[in-house]
Amino acid sequence: MNQWKNFTKGFLRENPVLVLILGTCPTLATSTSVSNGLGMGLALTFVLVMSNLVIASIKNLIPGKVRIPAFILVIATFVTIVDYVLKGYVPALHKELGVFIPLIVVNCIVLGRAEAYASKNSVLSSIIDGFGMGFGFTLALMTLGGIREILGAGTFFGMKVPIFPADMQGNPKTILIFILAPGAFLVYGYLVALTNRLKNKLN
Amino acid sequence: MEYIIIFIGSAFVSNIVLAQFLGICPFLGVSTKVGTAVGMGTAVIFVMTLATIVTWLIYYYLLVPFHIEFLQTISFIFIIAALVQMVEIILKKSVPSLYQALGIYLPLITTNCAVLGIAILTITKEYNLMQGVVYTISIAVGFTFAIILFAGIREQLELTEVPKGMRGIPIALIITGILSLAFMGFANLV
Repeated sequence: MNQWKNFTKGFLRENPVLVLILGTCPTLATSTSVSNGLGMGLALTFVLVMSNLVIASIKNLIPGKVRIPAFILVIATFVTIVDYVLKGYVPALHKELGVFIPLIVVNCIVLGRAEAYASKNSVLSSIIDGFGMGFGFTLALMTLGGIREILGAGTFFGMKVPIFPADMQGNPKTILIFILAPGAFLVYGYLVALTNRLKNKLN
Repeated sequence: MEYIIIFIGSAFVSNIVLAQFLGICPFLGVSTKVGTAVGMGTAVIFVMTLATIVTWLIYYYLLVPFHIEFLQTISFIFIIAALVQMVEIILKKSVPSLYQALGIYLPLITTNCAVLGIAILTITKEYNLMQGVVYTISIAVGFTFAIILFAGIREQLELTEVPKGMRGIPIALIITGILSLAFMGFANLV
C-alpha cells in the first residue's frame, strides 16, 4: 500500500478516537486542556511506534498461542519507560495524567494495532502506521482539549481567549461545566456525530 | 465510619465511570439491556475485588521488599490476566451455574482498564488491605449502579427517534454526559 496513505489514514478515515471509538477512557480523562491532550497524545504515540517496531521485528519468533501476552509484555515495557521519563522530566504533566499513563498498557488502540497491523506487516509500514495512528489520536485529543479549554477555562495553551464577559472581580465568566466531567462526554459525543456527518458527506 | 465515607465517596461522588472516566468501553458496549448490565456489573465486582487483593499482596510482599516497584505495571497486568483465566476455569469446574451467568463477561474484563486502574489507584492512595478492599467494592458497586441506570435509559432510547448522525455512540455519550451532570449533585455529600 501507498505509505503516505498508510500514514494519513489515522487522521480522519480511520481515526482511532473519532471513527473507531477506541481508547475512550484516556480521551475523556486527559482532554481537560490542549497541553494535556498533547502530552497524552505524544506519550501514546511513542508507545505505539515503539511497540509496533518491536512487534513487527519479532513477529516470526512469537508462537501464535502466546502472542497476546507477548504483545502486552512489549507494550508494558515501553509504558514503564514513558511513565518514569515523564515522572523525571515533566512531573507536572505526569501528575495531571496520573493513572492514565500506566493504563496505556490496556489501551485498545495500542494492542489493536499490534494485533491487527504490526503482527502482519513489515517493520517500516508498522512504524508509519504507528505514527499515523498516534498523530490521529493526538489530533483528536487536542481538538477535544481545545474546545473544552476555550469554553471551560477561557484559555488556549494557557493564553487568554477574550470571548467571555468579565464578572465583578474581572475574571471571565466561562462555562465551567466544560472542563468538568460532563463536558468531556458532551463535547466528545458531538464531535463523533460531526465526524460521522463529515464521513457520510465525503462518501 | 471511615469505611462509610470511603464507600459514599467512591461509589457516588467520584463514580468510576461518570467522574473518573475508567471502564468506558464495557459501559458503552454492554449496556443495551438491563439484564446484561446486571451480569456485567456482578462480574466486575467479583473480579475487581479479587484483583485488588492479589495485586496489593504482590506489591507489598514481593515488589517492595525487593525494591522492584518499577515492575508494577507489567506485573499487575499479567496478574490480572492470569487471575481472570483462573477464575474462569475454577468457575467452570466447580460452580457451573455462576459460570453460566458470568462466563461471557469474564474474558472482556481482562482488558478492562477499570480493573488495572483501581489496582494501581489503591497503591497510589496508600490504602491498607482492608481500606483497599472497601474502596474497590464501592467503586465496583458504583460501576454497577451507573451501568444499570444507563441500560435502563438506553432501553427507552430504542423507542425514540434520534437524528441520523447522532445514532449509536454519539447519543450514548451525550446521555452519559447528562447522567454525569446528575451525579455531580452528590459532590458535597462527603
